[in-house]
Amino acid sequence: MSVQSLPLAGVAATIIKEHGDELLDEWMASLAEVADLAQAGPKARPDAAEFLRLLVAGLAESAQIDLQGTEWRAMREFLVELSNRQAEWGFSPVDTAEFLMALKRPLASLMQRVGGSDGRWLESWQQVNQVIDRWALYTMEVVQANREATIRRQQQEMLELSTPVIQLWDGITAVPLIGTLDSERTQTVMESLLTSIVENHAEIAIIDITGVPTVDTLVAQHLLKTVAAARLMGAECIISGVRPTIAQTIVHLGIDIGSVATKASLADALKLAFRRRGCKVESCNQ
Amino acid sequence: MERIPILKLHDLLLVTIQVDMHDRLAMTLQDDLMHQIRRTRARGVLIDISALDLVDSFIGRLIGEIASMARVMDAETVLVGMQPAVAITLVELGLSLGGVRTALNVERGMQLLREGSPEEEASGHASIDH
Amino acid sequence: MPASTIERLQVACEEDLVRVRQRVRTMAAEIGLSLVNQTKIVTAASELARNMLKYGGGGETEFERVERNGLIGLQLTFRDSGPGIENIEMAMTDGYTTGGGMGLGLSGSKRLVNDFAIQSAPGQGTTVTVIRWK
Repeated sequence: MSVQSLPLAGVAATIIKEHGDELLDEWMASLAEVADLAQAGPKARPDAAEFLRLLVAGLAESAQIDLQGTEWRAMREFLVELSNRQAEWGFSPVDTAEFLMALKRPLASLMQRVGGSDGRWLESWQQVNQVIDRWALYTMEVVQANREATIRRQQQEMLELSTPVIQLWDGITAVPLIGTLDSERTQTVMESLLTSIVENHAEIAIIDITGVPTVDTLVAQHLLKTVAAARLMGAECIISGVRPTIAQTIVHLGIDIGSVATKASLADALKLAFRRRGCKVESCNQ
Repeated sequence: MERIPILKLHDLLLVTIQVDMHDRLAMTLQDDLMHQIRRTRARGVLIDISALDLVDSFIGRLIGEIASMARVMDAETVLVGMQPAVAITLVELGLSLGGVRTALNVERGMQLLREGSPEEEASGHASIDH
Repeated sequence: MPASTIERLQVACEEDLVRVRQRVRTMAAEIGLSLVNQTKIVTAASELARNMLKYGGGGETEFERVERNGLIGLQLTFRDSGPGIENIEMAMTDGYTTGGGMGLGLSGSKRLVNDFAIQSAPGQGTTVTVIRWK
């Protein structure tokens, strides 16, 4: 963001300071005209008053529009709090920006009325106008950043939720994969499967892909890497739930799955695992 | 001179690597192991790397070479206890150590060596104590 | 943005490789990289520092914590003034080696990091810069 100088901001700052209450009344009145903000709540007036106070303080100290400057620190903190509070109340980012923008018209008429005799009022108003615009945009950025952080957190939580590793038997662990596998998710699966091999002393790990709609080259490679890593640790992987379409895809793509054991169903994989572990399953009724 | 200790357990040799080895130390280990296999007529070698948080291509290649050399001297090598993060990294690096047998821990590694191959069992070499 | 400090280590003998690995491990843990990502960057550092020692006659490693677009990462630079690489593309191929190794140093470490940049010319030395993001 470029840094612009504001040689005449002081003129506006003085006017805002001297006619603070009057300006506040008019700001609230102009706010009432914007339908969505009519219910801005009992906190609208104190919030507006705080914004004016910080604006005057910032303009008095700053000769430039530099939102990152130390003189605007209190303003930044206030607007972060305000934006997030309003977002929690259900206001959109635009509402919060409009709340600040609603100050512009009353401020223009106040400055024209009070400072009309001073030829510099128009230029000063334009400069303060820019500052208000910047802060209005800033509130939108805050909400945006907050939302992105929430989305990232939820993605992470979903990743963890969607990859349970189950201990099926002594020394046999399984991970049922459901849904589309992207690179990041496959990596998470890979890591939790390998960790569970150590934790459960599992010599056999079953990767069940019954719930995976398609397997592309990248996913197949990830699966094969998991198998290779498990082997390095001393465990054997069995891939189960390979549906005909996936088998066709794997062959058509020319993916070499080499010596990896594959089974059509989880039950078949478990049978193989039992056999490898030297376990025998018998029915009691016969 | 600094050395990695090699333990003899019946007809097996056990090496537990616990330090981040510099290259020369790793090469000394390879030499020492070969001499010990000859001297003790060991049938198997267990390399325990459960305490290692890194295996790069140099150490990886060295382990692969140990396994091949030991095989020529009629001893099987089992690599045991590789950590998940190390395994993922090695695979990504492009090293899958195809010729090396692996096991989850020392106990399982010993079992694997004792079981041996059917051919060995037939010739009565497999193990001393059961 | 917090002022970043660049740390440096000379790589002139095999023992220095151990020091590089330990320093990278500590910094990666401080930054908060996951165990897998720590292991990846330490391994990449080991490969690249060894390359530098083997082909470049030793050199210097720089460690730097970097921040970009809200991401935090660890950046490592390996700089030598050795003979340089004539054909970078070929040197980046799996299995290509002029030193009797496995030829996984450059190509393998590229797979272990997020960003990988190499600058080299015959007679001008080699500089490799890698980043692993959190």
